[in-house]
Amino acid sequence: MRISEGEEEITAYLSGDIDHHSARDMRESIDAIVQMKKPSLLRLDFSGVKFMDSSGIGLIMGRYRLMALYGGIVRVVNVPDELERMMNLSGLSSLDIIERRGVKLETAK
Amino acid sequence: MKLQNEMNLSFESRSSNEAFARCAVAAFLTQLDPTISELNDIKTAVSEAVTNCVVHAYKDTIGKVYINVKIEENSLIVIKIRDTGCGIENIKKAMEPLFTTAPSDERAGLGFAVMESFTDKLSVRSKIGKGTTVTFQKRLSRRVGNG
Ligand SMILES: Nc1ncnc2c1ncn2[C@@H]1O[C@H](COP(=O)(O)OP(=O)(O)OP(=O)(O)O)[C@@H](O)[C@H]1O
Ligand SMILES: [Mg+2]
Repeated sequence: MRISEGEEEITAYLSGDIDHHSARDMRESIDAIVQMKKPSLLRLDFSGVKFMDSSGIGLIMGRYRLMALYGGIVRVVNVPDELERMMNLSGLSSLDIIERRGVKLETAK
Repeated sequence: MKLQNEMNLSFESRSSNEAFARCAVAAFLTQLDPTISELNDIKTAVSEAVTNCVVHAYKDTIGKVYINVKIEENSLIVIKIRDTGCGIENIKKAMEPLFTTAPSDERAGLGFAVMESFTDKLSVRSKIGKGTTVTFQKRLSRRVGNG
């Protein structure tokens, strides 16, 4: 996973498979830098993610809570089509933080 | 239903085996020439069930996870994932979306909801102190073989 830092924002480029096993390392790397920089925006870029189970939802929700502690926000960007169903199932769409190819995901019916 | 092929797998409930388990099941099913999306649905459901064995059934210990995959007539796939761990007290409650007994662990409580949505049929049997068996089915769109 690559992480890029700006003045006020951090972008984490997630890649490969996100499951319970791999999510731990991703979480630790992201949280270390977030806690150090306390950015106002954390972008989670999903363009390189090939597979994700509900652990990916846990990862997003956990970062959402962490950022809220600092008064910051999370945006989930570049969600591949295959992950859309998982994102919709999660109810995360109601938090209005998920974007797919620059367009906000429609809320699940 | 006539059985056309079957495989069994058992492994330790280590998190590093989560990827192994879903990829092994997917590899077995490639003989049916599933679509990428069908394969992804099955891998996701397997990943959820196996992760539950690692995280919940054998919390703080290592136990065995057993997977049985059957290919039946007309590309019907039946997958059983079994543990001999702690068991589930209230299955109905456990299956409710967002219900989790491990919120501190960043669990979303979505595993069963995902298995339900990504397969055609899901059933759960469990006994406290004995373990849990999750069974799901999915019929592939394409028919392969001469069943
Ligand atoms: N194999 C199992 N053995 C014991 N308890 C289980 C097992 N599978 C599920 N459970 C119980 O059912 C609850 C719901 O499971 P589910 O997979 O839906 O959510 P989760 O695992 O808590 O979160 P997520 O799957 O989103 O990470 C779990 O919190 C756990 O209490
Ligand atoms: Mg689960």
